[in-house]
Amino acid sequence: MSQAAEPAIAVDQLVKVYKTTRAVDGISFALEPGSITGLLGGNGAGKTTTIAMIMGLVTPTAGTVKVLGAEMPRLRYHVLHKMNFESPYVDMPHRLTVRQNLKVFGRLYAVEDLDGRIAALAREFDLSEFLDRPTGKLSAGQKTRVALAKALINSPRVLLLDEPTASLDPDTADWVRAHLERFRKERGATVLLASHNMAEVERLCERVIIMKRGRIEDDDTPRRLLIRYGRETLEEVFLDVARGRGEAREAAQ
Amino acid sequence: MSAFSTGAVTLAPHRVAAMVLRYLYLLRSSWTRLLELIYWPAVQLLVWGFLQFYIAQNSGFFARASGVFIAAVLMWDVLFRGQLGFSISFLEEMWSRNLTNLMISPLRPIEFVCALMIMSLIRLAIGMVPVTFLAIAFFGFNVYGLGLALAAFFVNLILTSWAVGIVVSGVLLRNGMGAESLAWTLMFVLMPLACVYYPVSVLPDWLQVVAWALPPTYVFEGMRALIMEHVVRVDLMVEAFVLNALYFSAGVVAFLQLLKSARRVGSLLQTGE
Repeated sequence: MSQAAEPAIAVDQLVKVYKTTRAVDGISFALEPGSITGLLGGNGAGKTTTIAMIMGLVTPTAGTVKVLGAEMPRLRYHVLHKMNFESPYVDMPHRLTVRQNLKVFGRLYAVEDLDGRIAALAREFDLSEFLDRPTGKLSAGQKTRVALAKALINSPRVLLLDEPTASLDPDTADWVRAHLERFRKERGATVLLASHNMAEVERLCERVIIMKRGRIEDDDTPRRLLIRYGRETLEEVFLDVARGRGEAREAAQ
Repeated sequence: MSAFSTGAVTLAPHRVAAMVLRYLYLLRSSWTRLLELIYWPAVQLLVWGFLQFYIAQNSGFFARASGVFIAAVLMWDVLFRGQLGFSISFLEEMWSRNLTNLMISPLRPIEFVCALMIMSLIRLAIGMVPVTFLAIAFFGFNVYGLGLALAAFFVNLILTSWAVGIVVSGVLLRNGMGAESLAWTLMFVLMPLACVYYPVSVLPDWLQVVAWALPPTYVFEGMRALIMEHVVRVDLMVEAFVLNALYFSAGVVAFLQLLKSARRVGSLLQTGE
């Protein structure tokens, strides 16, 4: 395989067993550089564990994960500076101001011209008004914008997002999606997005991986999934998969 | 940005500095946190100091041993607050649910530990330096008068406090907030065994063996020898240092193993919840 064609993320026969629970059960996929992929699945489908293994936070029981060619978690320090992550379930220190938090993370990622980068992110994410306010005193929407600014502070080549618009009002959620779309186009970053929001996945993703009970149930473009399941929306496809109607249809065919 | 590398271990000063900056921002943001650093050591000093005053008036032995309790209080606080300063900085990450952000950043465990050690020193300095001046003002006891021996006492006590702090942090990573109480209580197990306020000879024979396995015991014995007999026990300090090197290395290995185990069982995903 040539250097240019190497997947940004390569997951091969990945398994994670917690005591007696198989959270991830032999999944494989490869994400092309610059692609944006949705990871769909109900609660307990294995999405978060999969993302955690890609980030090197969790050691696989079997199989391999490679990010930008580096095996995770063994070689994680070769690539962590080129990756980042955002999730509403992970906070930043509440007592620190937005600027202080961005400074700390910028230094951890060795961002050059950090003040300039923070100023650019403040403009892009409309943070200027509360840059010197404690992060804990912001609204949910403002916190999400700060978390995204943190996730983009190192201009990552691989961006992992875990339900980035959860608990946001429709207007803010739409604003976040537009920014993610723009970031991916401008920077050519590879984005893997775990979400419960089907409209979000339909709008942003060119590929959808649907997980159920730790396994990949389907993996295709949103358009081809809609055709295959004979549905109008991804939400209907998701429900078919979640309730086993997809398997029943395949068996009938 | 530069990084020091010795094969398996890479240390980037800019990442250590970033973490120290993060904790300094936090300290600066809260005057109650700053006050808390001084409050307990000051209360402890005053209680024990006045007690020593009272006993000294009624006992020739304690009159001769002037300052021994106060020195013991100050030394104990170096040990206890050193570990607490290390562990609280670590706990701040768990309380604020920020640990995942750090674990997916390029920050390496050894850099994190270095930042926590630096913060332990800074917090100790903020808390203890004013209290040492309080000891001079109230009881006429100048701990700096112990000279070079004080440096040996300090180095040995702070190394023990870091060794304990590192292990506690590893247990917190592996077991989550359920193990938080360890950070506040573990050091008190050492208190009776390390013979902070009395000589090792008062312990039963079998317990003396345990006491001599602990580096702080050597420091407190050395401190009493210096204050009461005016003898500098270099041998005790060297033995304490050897034990500390052993325990500190074991603490780092335990931390790395607990971190590895945390990655295996997935507890890095649940911390703070």
